Amino acid sequence: MTGTKLKELFLKGPFGLTLISILLGFLVGAIVLLIAGFNPAEAYWAILRGIFAKPKYVSYVIIYSTPLIITGLSVAFALRTGLFNIGAEGQFIVGAMAAAIAGYFIQLPMLLHVPLCLFLAMSAGAVWGGLAGHIKARFGVHEVISTIMLNWIALYLSNWSLTLQSFGKQGTGKSHMIQETARIDLFGQWKITEAGIEFIRSHKVLGDILKSPVNLGIIFALLFAFLMWYILNKTTLGYELRAVGFNPDAAEYGGINVKKSIITSMSIAGSLAGAAGALQVMGVGHKIAKLAIMEGYGFDGIAVALIGNNTGPGSVFAGFLFGGLKYGGAKIQDAVGAPTEVINIVVGTIILFVAMPKLIQMLLKFRKG
Amino acid sequence: MTAIDFSHRAVEMSGITKKFGDFVANENINLTVHRGEVHALLGENGAGKTTLMNILYGLLKPSSGNIKINGKTLTISDPNIAIRNGIGMVHQHFMLVEPFSVTENIILGNESTRGFGILDAGKGEKEVKRISEQYGLTVDPKALIQDLSVGSQQRVEILKTLYRGAQILILDEPTAVLTPQEIKELVAIITNLTEAGKSIIIITHKLNEIKQMADFCTIIRRGRHIDTVDVSEVTEEDLAAKMVGREVSFRVAKEKRNPGEKILDIKELCVEDSRGIMVVNGLNLQLRKGEILGIAGIDGNGQTQLIETLTGLRKAKSGRIEVLGKDITNLPPGKIINNHKVGHIPEDRQKRGLVFEFNIAENLILETYFKPAFSEGFSLLHKNIYKNADTLIEKFDIRPRDATLQAKSLSGGNQQKMIIAREVSNEPELLIAAQPTRGLDVGAIEYVHQALVAQRNEGKGVLLVSFELDEIMNVSDRIAVIFEGKIVGILDADDADEKKIGLLMAGGTAKE
Repeated sequence: MTGTKLKELFLKGPFGLTLISILLGFLVGAIVLLIAGFNPAEAYWAILRGIFAKPKYVSYVIIYSTPLIITGLSVAFALRTGLFNIGAEGQFIVGAMAAAIAGYFIQLPMLLHVPLCLFLAMSAGAVWGGLAGHIKARFGVHEVISTIMLNWIALYLSNWSLTLQSFGKQGTGKSHMIQETARIDLFGQWKITEAGIEFIRSHKVLGDILKSPVNLGIIFALLFAFLMWYILNKTTLGYELRAVGFNPDAAEYGGINVKKSIITSMSIAGSLAGAAGALQVMGVGHKIAKLAIMEGYGFDGIAVALIGNNTGPGSVFAGFLFGGLKYGGAKIQDAVGAPTEVINIVVGTIILFVAMPKLIQMLLKFRKG
Repeated sequence: MTAIDFSHRAVEMSGITKKFGDFVANENINLTVHRGEVHALLGENGAGKTTLMNILYGLLKPSSGNIKINGKTLTISDPNIAIRNGIGMVHQHFMLVEPFSVTENIILGNESTRGFGILDAGKGEKEVKRISEQYGLTVDPKALIQDLSVGSQQRVEILKTLYRGAQILILDEPTAVLTPQEIKELVAIITNLTEAGKSIIIITHKLNEIKQMADFCTIIRRGRHIDTVDVSEVTEEDLAAKMVGREVSFRVAKEKRNPGEKILDIKELCVEDSRGIMVVNGLNLQLRKGEILGIAGIDGNGQTQLIETLTGLRKAKSGRIEVLGKDITNLPPGKIINNHKVGHIPEDRQKRGLVFEFNIAENLILETYFKPAFSEGFSLLHKNIYKNADTLIEKFDIRPRDATLQAKSLSGGNQQKMIIAREVSNEPELLIAAQPTRGLDVGAIEYVHQALVAQRNEGKGVLLVSFELDEIMNVSDRIAVIFEGKIVGILDADDADEKKIGLLMAGGTAKE
C-alpha cells in the first residue's frame, strides 16, 4: 500500500472515522467531568495509569477484554450477513453453562478435556443462535425478537441447572468448580506452591503479571478473529454469507440458499458467543453462578462490533479499548472521586459518533472548507 | 418555442472543470441557457451531465470555471444559494415525504405560519393551488404523496421548485419513469413554463424527447463539451452520433435463421403474485433454439411473475416448465442456472442482478463462485477470480477497467454489461432477458441488442420481455403478446406491426 492510499484510508475510511469518534467520545466525557466539578485531565490520567502503571494492570485489561472481543466477533459476524444478533448474551450463558457442566462431570486428560469443553460450549451456543436463525428462515420471526427471548430462556435455564443436586453447590447459588484439567489458567496450580509464591515475590514484572488470573483465553480470541476474517474473505461460505448480507435478493437470484445462510450465520455467531462464555469459565471463574440479571457480555459485544466496524481486527481493537476503559475506568473513583459512570458516557458517546459517520464527515468538511 | 428571449442569458456556465482525484468528470464545459428556452443536456450514462447540473445547483464545487446567473457572477457553494437565485432542481429520484400531503411536501422547509410556529396550512394550500393552475400542473393539494402516480409526484416536485420562486428549472431524466400519456402532459407543462419566461434544462439520453421538447441541445461525451446545436436543424441520428462518437444504428442487423429443437416449453402455467392473485393464468409458450422470442405486453400483465417462476425465484401454483425436455418446475434457482443452463438478465439490476457492495470481480462469479475454476475446497481462488474478471472486462468492454471497483460505482450501462458478461460467460442454453435496456442510452442499448442476437446466432434460445414495443419488434424473431397472464397471440416479427400488437396488448383478440 502506498503512502497516499494509507493516508486516504486513515482520513476517509472507517478506521479514521472510528478514531475521530473515540476522540469525540473522550471530549464529551471530559465536558461531563468538568460540569461535575472534576479535572478531566486528572481523571483520564488516572484511567491511563489504571491501565498501564503496573504489568498486573495490563494483564487484567487483557483478561477483561477477552470475552468482549469474542462476543464482539459474534455480533459482527452476524451483522456481516445482515443479521442483528442481540442474543450473544444468551449464547454466552449457555456456552458458560455447557463448559461448567462438561468441566465438572467429565474426567479426561487436559489435552482432551479443554478442547472437549470448548467444543461442547460452542455447540450449545451454535444451537442457541441457530435456533433463532431457524425460526427466522422458517417462520420469518425477526432475529432481534427471538434472540431477546432466548436470552431470558438461557438465563433461567442456567439458574435452574444450579438447583440440581449433583451440579449446584447447595445453598451457595454457585456450581462446583470445574476440574483442573478443564482450566486454561497459566501456572494456576504452580502459583500456590511454595516455589510459585517464591517466584512471584522475587520476580518483579513476571511475578506481578502472575498475580492476575492469566489464562489462554486471549490466544483463542485472536485465533477466532483471524478465523472470522479468513472465513468471510477467503472462503466460498464467506462469499455466500456476505452476498446474503449485502443483498439477499441478488444472492437468491445467483442460486445461493438464503435461508440456509441465515441459519449457518446465526450458528457460527452463536458458537463464538458460546466460546466466550466457556473461556470465561475455564480461564477466570471456574464455575457459574446464579444470575439475577444479565451480565452484559453479549450486549457489550454489540458495542464492540459497532466500534470495530464489524471486522475481525476491528473487534480485537475495540475489545481492548472497551476492556481497558472498563478496567482502568473503575479506578477514577478512588483516584479523583469521579463516578465510574463517566466511562459509560464516554463509551456511549463513541458509539453514537460511530453510528453517525455522516456527521463526522460533515465536521471534517467544515474544518477544511 | 417562440418564447426565447435571446437578449437575456439566464444561465451562463463557462470553462467548467470538475475533477474527482485523477478522474475528470467535466472538462472546460460551456453552457448558455436563455430566458424562455428549453435546453437539453445529452450524453451517455456517466458522461458528466449530472455532475455539471449538480455544480449549477450547488451540490458540487467546480475545480475551475465561472457561473453567471442572469448576468451576475455567482459562487454557488450550496443549494440554498441556488434556490435564492431562482434555480430549482427536480431529481430523478423524487425527494418527497410519502405520508405527507402535496401541500405539506411543497411548503416543507418554507412553511408560512400564523406566528409562534403555528402552521398556516390554508395559506400554503391556496398558494399551491394558484401555482398549479397557472402552469397547468393539475394535482390535488390535499392528496397524500403515497396515493399519487409517479407522474403526479413529479408534478409535485416541479411545484415545489416553483413555490420557492424558481426561474431556472433543472429536470434530471424527467421521462425515465413516466408513461407515454404522462410524457405528453409533461411536454404541455414545459411549454406553459417557458411561455411564462422560465428557463428549463433537461438532462436526458432519450433522443426523441429532445426533438419533442427542446430548443437547443448541448452534447457531452466523456466529460467534454462536444457541440451545442439547434434541435430543429438536426436529426435523431445526428444527435446519437455526436453523443456516442460514432454512427449508431437503430435497427439490429440479423440474418434469417432456422430455429432448431424446442428448448423451452411452458404448459398451462399458473402463478400467484404476493397478494395471492393469479397473475399468470394458464400460460402456454414454446421457444426453439436459435430464436429470439419477444413477449410484448403492458406492465402488470404477469410478466414479472412469469420470469420469476421460470428462474426459480417464485413458486408455480400449477402447470409445468420444461427446459430441453426436462422438468424444472419449482426447482431452486441454483439448480435451474447450473443443471439446466438457464441464464437470466433480471428486470431490476439493483435489486436482483448485482450485489452493489461487491466489486466487479465478485459480482462476475455470483453464480459460479463454488465451481472448480474459482474455488478449491472451502477456499476461493482469488487469482483466478480476478483473472476471470480482467478477461470479461476486456471482452465485454466494462468501464472503467478495474475489477476492484464496487458495482454501485459504475454507470447503469456498465452495470448491465457486467450482468450480461456474467450470464453469457456461464454459457446458458436459454437466456431470459427482462427489460434488458431499461434506463440505458442508445450506445448501451445497441450493445445489449447485439449481445442478444449473438446468443441467438450461436443457437441459444433467447426469451426477451420488454415494455418497449420498438425493442420487441426490432430484436425478436417471433412476438408473443401477454395479456392478463395468458399469451393471447403469437406473430412472426416480419408480419407484425405496431397496430396488430397494440390491439392484442389491450386485450382486443376476441373483438377483431
